[in-house]
Amino acid sequence: MLALNSRTTKTAFDVASSDAALHRFLHGLPGVDKVGAEQRTAALSTRSIKTTAKAYAIDLAIRMVDLTTLEGADTPGKVKALCAKGRHPDPADPTCPSVAAICVYPSMVPTAAAALKGSGIHLASVATAFPSGQAPMAVKLYDTSAAVDAGADEIDMVINRGAFLAGRYLEVYEEIVAIKEACRSAHLKVILETGELVTYDNVRRASWLAMIAGADFIKTSTGKVTPAATLPVTLIMLEAVRDYVAETSRKVGVKPAGGIRTTKDAIKYLVMVNETVGEGWLDPDWFRFGASTLLNDLLMQRTKLATGHYAGPDYFTLD
Amino acid sequence: MPSKARVAVRKTYKLFIGGAFPRSESGRTFEVDGNNVALASRKDARDAVLAARAAFGKWAGATAYNRGQILYRAAEMLESRRGEFPAEEVDDAVDRLVWYAGWSDKIAQVYGSANPVAGPYFNISSPEPTGVVAIIAPSSFLGFVSVLAPAIVTGNTCVVVTPAAVDAITFAEVLATSDLPGGVVNILTGSVAEVAPWLASHDDVNGLDLTGVDNAELALTLEQSAAGTLKRIIRRSSPKWTDDPGIGRMTAFLETKTVWHPKGV
Repeated sequence: MLALNSRTTKTAFDVASSDAALHRFLHGLPGVDKVGAEQRTAALSTRSIKTTAKAYAIDLAIRMVDLTTLEGADTPGKVKALCAKGRHPDPADPTCPSVAAICVYPSMVPTAAAALKGSGIHLASVATAFPSGQAPMAVKLYDTSAAVDAGADEIDMVINRGAFLAGRYLEVYEEIVAIKEACRSAHLKVILETGELVTYDNVRRASWLAMIAGADFIKTSTGKVTPAATLPVTLIMLEAVRDYVAETSRKVGVKPAGGIRTTKDAIKYLVMVNETVGEGWLDPDWFRFGASTLLNDLLMQRTKLATGHYAGPDYFTLD
Repeated sequence: MPSKARVAVRKTYKLFIGGAFPRSESGRTFEVDGNNVALASRKDARDAVLAARAAFGKWAGATAYNRGQILYRAAEMLESRRGEFPAEEVDDAVDRLVWYAGWSDKIAQVYGSANPVAGPYFNISSPEPTGVVAIIAPSSFLGFVSVLAPAIVTGNTCVVVTPAAVDAITFAEVLATSDLPGGVVNILTGSVAEVAPWLASHDDVNGLDLTGVDNAELALTLEQSAAGTLKRIIRRSSPKWTDDPGIGRMTAFLETKTVWHPKGV
């Protein structure tokens, strides 16, 4: 467990009282052992998950998928098809669970909301000038509230990496607080875009900053930048979540997104979640995969377990 | 100068998957004629199908002329390494590769057609490759080449299973130096009875060549599980490999696409 000294524990995070205080707090966090983090994830990746445990992991992973389409070429038809797939990922097998959420651009929220009505599947919308986040604050706020008004119950915002990397932490903090307010009852996922944060230390700082500012979820990436989600980065975020719970008793979810394409990858993440923050996070309310192609691989593996022979992509929908 | 005893450099014959020579995922080996050879598992078969599928688009899209060149190149490389293959079969094997190389840009003329139709249209039927073909190869080297070449010359990619590992993997070294894109041919050495059922039932395999299956009962069950996904099949047989092969092995894994095109008066 991370040993934070009494300087930090006094807080319900009055550390955000000024830029200087925030700076002091974030830079007072212990540094990340880069080699250690990579070695730890490599070791956890060697776990062998088979038979019934694998079947459980696959169904859990399907229930955790935020089925995502974030393309300039998205059409209402494509979004409707995606929603139908989210409801019944494998139409041939009624025991197949549905996904956690559908994730779309704000302009597609009304279409998706209509298509998901009554299904219990969450509707996530990216907002705040996704994926760059380079827009005036008023635009970001409007982007967010418009998505919520249109029926999104989860908002995926991007942090202001420009301000973060320039060390203007309070600006980033205030932005998240303002967006959180604009979200009203909708859940807020904060995208750190770890591929642009350069160092693991920055990932830890950004994770804490987002959680202090009120994030319900912290998310690795937009999926538009490489590298996207990696195991070490997600490990550092999970550790931050674990330490934050110990400090404040508030639970925060984690969502790796981008670059997770195979069942094997997904199971590695689940093992890491279990070993880092525990079983409490092995639930779609607390851990999600932002993915599109992953779902088909999960379905193929699921079919393989059910039928006893290898499945092929010809038998599943493309999107 | 006194002659110095050298330490023997012994060779391990590994699998050929996606253009690389990996060991079996299972770590198992078996012995063939005193050589250590990788024993393929079902997961190697799965990986090989993935590699074959990934290679299919580019290989099927390559010009027939280019595929012919590459097969001819394989014949050249085989010729230059002829000492490593069974002496009584290697001449025929080289000739067989050259023969099939010549067919690459002619099969469409023979097997396709321009159809007369009542209307201002061209109506053209042209053969297209089926996809990924799983091949159970016969144990003779000439037989091996004679089932492999016709499957790939038309643009299919393949996964070949054979217990005759040494010739097969030495031939893989020939293919690897012939500009053949990685994954077009994948070779699994090991037990047919262990690996073949996984390929026969695999949803992402489109054709199955059972020529080399030596057990009639196994051949029947393989055909039955291949029926689940309507694979094209060449049935078990033991032809005389030195005979004229005909075009049957090529056409078995071709599909005919017919298009209508307005004549535009």
